[in-house]
Amino acid sequence: MSILINKNTKVLVQGITGREGAYHAEKMLEYGTQIVAGSTPGKGGQTLSLLGKTIPVYNSVSEAKAAHPDLDASIIFVPPPAAADATLEAAHAGIPLIVNIAEGMPVFDMMKVVKELKSLPNVRLIGGNCPGLITPGECKLGIMPASTFKAGRVGMISRSGTLTYEASAMLAAADIGCSTVVGIGGDPMIGTTFIDLLPMFNEDPNTDAVVMIGEIGGADEEQAAEWISKNMKKPVIAFISGRTAPKGKRMGHAGALIMGNVGTAESKLEAMAKANVPVADTMEDIIILTKKALGL
Amino acid sequence: MKLHEYQAKELLASYGVPVPPGKIARTPEEAKAIANEYASLTVIKAQVHVGGRGKAGGVKLAKDGNDAFEKAQAILGMDIKGLTVKKVLVAKAVDIAKEYYCGLIHDRNVQSFTLMVSKEGGVDIEEVAATNPAAITRFAIDPIKGLRAFEARQIALDAGLEGNLNKIAAMMVGLWNACAGSDATLAEINPLVITTTGEVIAADAKIDIDDNAMYRHTDLEAFRETEAEHPLEVEAKAFGFSYVKLDGHIGVIGNGAGLVMTSLDVVSRVGGKAANFLDIGGGAKAEIVYNAVKLVCKDPDVKGILINIFGGITRADEVAKGVIRALEEGILNKPLAMRVAGTAVAEANELLKDKPINIYPTMMEAATAVVKEAAQ
Repeated sequence: MSILINKNTKVLVQGITGREGAYHAEKMLEYGTQIVAGSTPGKGGQTLSLLGKTIPVYNSVSEAKAAHPDLDASIIFVPPPAAADATLEAAHAGIPLIVNIAEGMPVFDMMKVVKELKSLPNVRLIGGNCPGLITPGECKLGIMPASTFKAGRVGMISRSGTLTYEASAMLAAADIGCSTVVGIGGDPMIGTTFIDLLPMFNEDPNTDAVVMIGEIGGADEEQAAEWISKNMKKPVIAFISGRTAPKGKRMGHAGALIMGNVGTAESKLEAMAKANVPVADTMEDIIILTKKALGL
Repeated sequence: MKLHEYQAKELLASYGVPVPPGKIARTPEEAKAIANEYASLTVIKAQVHVGGRGKAGGVKLAKDGNDAFEKAQAILGMDIKGLTVKKVLVAKAVDIAKEYYCGLIHDRNVQSFTLMVSKEGGVDIEEVAATNPAAITRFAIDPIKGLRAFEARQIALDAGLEGNLNKIAAMMVGLWNACAGSDATLAEINPLVITTTGEVIAADAKIDIDDNAMYRHTDLEAFRETEAEHPLEVEAKAFGFSYVKLDGHIGVIGNGAGLVMTSLDVVSRVGGKAANFLDIGGGAKAEIVYNAVKLVCKDPDVKGILINIFGGITRADEVAKGVIRALEEGILNKPLAMRVAGTAVAEANELLKDKPINIYPTMMEAATAVVKEAAQ
């Protein structure tokens, strides 16, 4: 029923002994996510008791991986200055799926991570500056509120956390559920973008349509539109946030910035129109267009 | 963080990039003294964080000390695109034979920096890119290896630059080293001047530093000038908000950048215009919300406020508490329309039910109501 994660996904939490790490590890466990280990440099050998479950803590990701060879994914809860290092640690330890939620990573750090990951083709990084991903009813690998997601057959990819929660909740209220929802993050450099995920949803037998929530800044939506027009077999519904934002001002997300003529909403809307992707003008329209796409 | 020209040149010089001698003057007298010291033709240049200084009359040649006094007097206090000139750079003029462009820009399409080099220097590179893109040679830099001299020489050759190849390449490598060493997101030398005696010199420079990396460049913190920023933006930064002053009349507060951006769009859609972007962030407590309302109420442009919350990590009842406190302390003195949903919305509605605060079920309805009320 999903892409990337499901009920069998075995998860490592990097930074599990920190306040955020421990809090969200508990929330993920509560949802049913299989958290099998944690890591914090210098805290190896300790254990953490969360919801009556004993989670072993390791000094490094490779120690954790050696003890739990079946680890599928890692989620990172470390401060932004340490996030690049933690990401590369997980990548070199052979963790195939890494979620980095840190907001405020230096551009140079992320640039080097993205470059280095190109030599590790079996590693996929989601984020940074993202809420993570969720396969409703099976696995939550992120910091999103569980209650807004309902299981179903719509895939979702979003650059915005809160809009993901909002769109999922509105779909759920209309009795439409999601296969997998991926928050890809609001930074200018991210590990995974629309064109990485659209092919996965395209091949997923349990996804019938995809909602993509983009925003101003960069050209990821334009690239996605081109890919969709050539390859996508399933309906896609798009939403573009920041249509009225002025040029040259960063709107909250580091990546939501129009530079010169690059990254404008007009360019994205035009690309979507050219690819025959319906664009929702309001959040409410996302639901209307999704219903239409599903024949509801 | 944007650096002034003189700060950018100081930084470049510390990486071995040749720049013309120059000093900062805050008064015409200081400008005169500096020009007298150089005893040569000088350029008096306004130091403001906007482009197009030259066209606005913010850059003038001075032939001697007295002339420098007059030119500095004309430029200091000048308004350039809404910013007042408070200081000028008095720099020794260079004898220009050729003017080139050399810039490093963080380019998300190549997931690294693109080095752009052009024979068309001393002009707005965006204009060159638009009218004559073939005049710009581009090179994607490997972020791990950095820019090497042999690559720089090849780019200079490809771009058709004339002059001492080794010196030109050394300047490009110096620019890269300064960029990488100070976590810049933009670093450009424009013009890169070849003098009549064959020297290669950075006659003007522009550098933006990545705010997320400032923690490892505490030395650059001395370059920060809060007076150049909007006072409400400075205050917002102290509270830890993501805040952008805009030119409309509806104050917008929400949680999450995407949701706030969408709220601005909805305000426009129903005929209004936002006065600001304010994201209270994830997991905000009542105190933060109270401060956000207080900040937005201080803005004289604001005629009405839209609060749009979708509770995830943020609890709607905490938001309600913050708004109620602002109301009860008499700070909230402008029409307000609120929409709350998500985590703890029932508790929020319970807190808000007897209060004179207008609550709407959707952001569209809330925006429509506040835009209408603000127009009255």
